[in-house]
Amino acid sequence: MSSERPNGLFRNIPAKVAAIPMIITALVVFMGGSLWTMAYSLTKSKLLPKWKFVGLDQYERLWSTKRWVVSIENLFIYGVCMLIASFVIGFILAALMDQKIRFENTFRTIILYPFALSFIVTGLVWQWILNPEFGIQSIIRGLGFTSFEFDPLYNADIAIYGILIAGLWQGTGLIMVLMLAGLRGIDQEIWKAAKVDGIPTWKTYLFIVIPMMRPVFITTLVLVAASIVKVYDLIVAQTGGGPGISTEMPAKYVYDYMFGGQNLGQGFAASTMMLLAVLVVVIPWAYLEFGGKKRG
Amino acid sequence: MADTAVHPAASSEPRGPKPRKKLSRNNIIIYGTLLVVAFYYLLPLYVMVVTSLKGMPEIRLGNIFSPPVEITFEPWVKAWSQACTGLNCDGLSRGFWNSIRITVPSVIVSIVIASVNGYALANWKFKGADAFFTILIFGAFIPYQVMLYPIVIMLREIGLYGTLWGLVIVHTIFGMPILTLLFRNYFTSLPEELFKAARVDGAGFWRIYFQIMLPMSLPIFVVAMILQVTGIWNDFLFGVVYTKPDLYPMTVQLNNIVNSVQGVKEYNVNMAATLLTGLVPLVIYFVSGKLFVRGIAAGAVKG
Repeated sequence: MSSERPNGLFRNIPAKVAAIPMIITALVVFMGGSLWTMAYSLTKSKLLPKWKFVGLDQYERLWSTKRWVVSIENLFIYGVCMLIASFVIGFILAALMDQKIRFENTFRTIILYPFALSFIVTGLVWQWILNPEFGIQSIIRGLGFTSFEFDPLYNADIAIYGILIAGLWQGTGLIMVLMLAGLRGIDQEIWKAAKVDGIPTWKTYLFIVIPMMRPVFITTLVLVAASIVKVYDLIVAQTGGGPGISTEMPAKYVYDYMFGGQNLGQGFAASTMMLLAVLVVVIPWAYLEFGGKKRG
Repeated sequence: MADTAVHPAASSEPRGPKPRKKLSRNNIIIYGTLLVVAFYYLLPLYVMVVTSLKGMPEIRLGNIFSPPVEITFEPWVKAWSQACTGLNCDGLSRGFWNSIRITVPSVIVSIVIASVNGYALANWKFKGADAFFTILIFGAFIPYQVMLYPIVIMLREIGLYGTLWGLVIVHTIFGMPILTLLFRNYFTSLPEELFKAARVDGAGFWRIYFQIMLPMSLPIFVVAMILQVTGIWNDFLFGVVYTKPDLYPMTVQLNNIVNSVQGVKEYNVNMAATLLTGLVPLVIYFVSGKLFVRGIAAGAVKG
């Protein structure tokens, strides 16, 4: 290599060439694609994207469509329950696993394996287990409780909780693993000090360890929240959005309008709303996480 | 919480908690809870296995948890080679081979591209590289639904919409953020002296990549492979959007078989089909063990 420095643009050429796929993905697909969708959500596109500007009409129609409103409500119920339950369960499991127990690997393998399975498989298994004719309901009735009712897949009022059970089964293992990694990162001296001071274990967790694990909690929260907004396959497999529209979700609305209903404008508007929901979570996080780091 | 003080004489002064019996109240709570949880997590797998081994009459009579009285493998055979989706009645095997045809090139292409990206970002920083990388990572959070249609248009423009290679490109694109992050972090953690020494010896971009970086990075390639194989095998949305019915991956075909409205529901065949579809990621999971955990934890490690 010669020591002279040629024009900046032509330095390091192989690296730039190698990065072309990344640059195209970042700029054209991710940024370009998102901006394109946002722009076309302001048009009257039906079967094909057409640049006929109609302002916020699509959004007005979106929010006056019952199915969309139900989708958002469902996402909210599912999201809040999922976050709280999976964090509580995941953390408790991680804390139990952190007690220097035997067979830790076995327990971890068992709790995490559903995460390796697809949402389609998850949805179909739980559809079967929750089947009122053969599943849990019929078994408990068989034990003598003949009026027992638990049919979340046929009862519109509780259908979304049927999805929640399956979602928790699939996703809690991941949270446990991340929390366990966080717990292992805590200095053992802290535990000794708490012990010396006679602080009960549960108090040490609640007031010392959990606040110390804030970064782990926040990162996990962002990951899980972003994945909740995308939930789609699980619904398709387990209920197909039914009974009625009681388990519809935004991601399914987008797909159905874009590729089934031939109403692209609605699909674009709905997906833009989804993007907005994710940005509300991600931007404050990125600001805290990366903005703070640079200053520090 | 350690109860390892077996030899008090080993240390000069008494240390650690008092030695206590193995079955303390605490231990009962801990193991009891974990056993109940393990039971709950294993239940669906158990139900899948027993249902798939029963005949339909037995399913109609019994409950889903009872073990099969008469074990039959017919549901498995039927799921694999005769189950119907629409007019095709050649079973899940078609979906299986489609998934293989999709997964193999997608995994290879996505890992090759992402590893070179990560290498360029770690060792050959150029102006603006970090900006592109930041956008890429942000892209990982954008709901796919926002980009679905623009990608349809792009693929149509280059004539790959509805083809196998179109789907390979899509998987490469959406695997790129996490994989690039994974490789970048790994290459950054390698000693810089190696890279500098190779530079002094006159090795260029590709030579350093192939002769120094690649041989040292086998573990991270394995982690990336586990991540991608399970991720792509389990994909449903992209398979539905970007391929045609004769190329549908296994997950899509499975859903079409089980949730089809026509005909009598054959729960045993359905469960055999479900289990078959879950088998590949399950095998990978149980074989790879800790590496799988490393792969998913990588998603949580920020750059």
